[in-house]
Amino acid sequence: MEILISLIKIVIVLFVLLTSVAYIVLLERRVAAAIQNRIGPNRVGWQGLLQPLADVVKLVMKEDIVPRQANKFIHDLAPIISIGVALATFAVIPFGNRIALFGHDIKLQIADVNIGILYILALTSLGVYGVTLSGWSSNSKYSLLGGMRSSAQMISYELAMGLSLIGVIMIAGSLRLDTIVEAQVAWRWNILLQPIGFITFVVSSFAETNRLPFDLPEAEPELVGGYHTEYSGLKFGLFFLAEYANMVTASAIITTVYLGGWQVPFVHSLGLSDVSVSIIQVLGFCFKVGMLIMFFIIIRWTLPRFRYDQLMNIGWKVMLPLAIANLLATGLVILLKWV
Amino acid sequence: MNLYDIVFYFFAFVTLASAGVVVFSRNIIYSAFALLFTFFGVAGIYVLLNADFIAVSQILIYVGGILVLMLFGVMLTNKVIDVEMKTGTLQTLPASVLVALIAGALCGIFYVTDWKIVRGVSAPATTTNSLGEMFMTTYSLPFEVASIVLLVALLGAAMIARKDRLPQIKNQK
Amino acid sequence: MSGIPLNYFVFLSAILFTIGVVGVLTRRNAIIVFMCIELMLNSVNLSLVAFSAFHGNTRGQILVFFVMAVAAAEAAVGLAIIIALFRNKQTVNIDEINIMKW
Repeated sequence: MEILISLIKIVIVLFVLLTSVAYIVLLERRVAAAIQNRIGPNRVGWQGLLQPLADVVKLVMKEDIVPRQANKFIHDLAPIISIGVALATFAVIPFGNRIALFGHDIKLQIADVNIGILYILALTSLGVYGVTLSGWSSNSKYSLLGGMRSSAQMISYELAMGLSLIGVIMIAGSLRLDTIVEAQVAWRWNILLQPIGFITFVVSSFAETNRLPFDLPEAEPELVGGYHTEYSGLKFGLFFLAEYANMVTASAIITTVYLGGWQVPFVHSLGLSDVSVSIIQVLGFCFKVGMLIMFFIIIRWTLPRFRYDQLMNIGWKVMLPLAIANLLATGLVILLKWV
Repeated sequence: MNLYDIVFYFFAFVTLASAGVVVFSRNIIYSAFALLFTFFGVAGIYVLLNADFIAVSQILIYVGGILVLMLFGVMLTNKVIDVEMKTGTLQTLPASVLVALIAGALCGIFYVTDWKIVRGVSAPATTTNSLGEMFMTTYSLPFEVASIVLLVALLGAAMIARKDRLPQIKNQK
Repeated sequence: MSGIPLNYFVFLSAILFTIGVVGVLTRRNAIIVFMCIELMLNSVNLSLVAFSAFHGNTRGQILVFFVMAVAAAEAAVGLAIIIALFRNKQTVNIDEINIMKW
């Protein structure tokens, strides 16, 4: 029975994740069009709502081209690593509190790992392999440059990411994501307790997900697509999917760690039944994630790309010292019991 | 043969087979890639031994840090266009004699020694707490020394790897 | 803990260590030698964790962390040296880097 419940949770989460990814692509295109004073895709279905479906069909029908000198095995493996890592991270994210359905007390989280935050950090550090290996195996200088850039960028920003998370871990006193969410009850959200940590974490997430203004691994104008220059058809589609899935996962992590996760303030004072409270909490989680995704999209279409040396300078000379200063301040406050 | 045993043999096989590929593969990228599986196999065995924190640290440090650095090194020190990155071997005969000696000595000693085992001890479900406490109390001095070692290594690596800028400035003058 | 005795873990670690030694002694490429050193360090970590688990004592795991810290430091400095060597000599084969050999 436990296994069955877990399987159902996995299927539901995967379905919601992949569907939302498809529609985030459409949302991004429409928002981009609005920002650039265009209309955007609105022909397929009402307001373009069937456009993702058409895109998928098109990508599946395309020929799969592998460059002659490429390393076929790694060339095939790289997109699988990318998408696998992006989806696997979602396993530890609590998207709601417990819910009692059909006589079962179900925890709204796929895997309750007691070192959840470390698991997330470990998996994000694996994401670099998809990009680096695809860049190398394509045997093209654009791809290789993209892959090299990405490995340097991701290693640099992982440090700031991990260090900004330590402040949160110190406040919650646990590495378990569930406990971290529970510590943020009512308005004790970590964004209010850890504003600097929040900023460094969000900036590092932008870098880890290769979104503008940190999309140097792809950088269309200079690297003609970077690491996925030599990919086509379904394998390109997997990279595309992984990029957006990463965005959703990053938003979910930010929500869980800094924006109170599934906590919705004042919901308990409304006097609703337990099941409806749980559902409101899940919807609240989805709302927060959606807002963050919108933030990601708007940032992408408003800011220009950094230069490579600027990117490294921001990572090592701004984000890392900020994160360490935040850590010291948090430790001092906890030691002196000011909060 | 229960599930635990099967998982152990699986991870042991993955570890040893991929370690073999690391050593005997002609293509350096395959070596690096096999090392990834070795690290994963060892992490799996850590999980079997109830060392969850170490297992995740293994992935975080070795796979996410050290191996990426190595891939970086491979890409920086080989011709970019050349996918076939072949490297040879040398001194095979003396090496194999030495290795046979080492393997024989290790296995012999391990076989003869009567290991002291505390029976009936179940390891704690999570080691994170006790590890953290030990680092901050009993082992705080080694912990700080390790951090200084890391800092020095960081500075040293940056100093060694960066290009010497002084002669260029002189040339410009 | 179940049926696997401590000996199996220790033998696994010994075999892993031996494979690492083979690589260090026979390969020409400095980066592969480097990977084999990591293999040897990993085998030592493996035996440390195994002993720690079979003694019901987490002290062995503390040592694993120090080994990991040293491995990280070694990786950073070692790769810096390899890259500096490559810049000067255009090779990372250890039998061609013999200028200090008399």
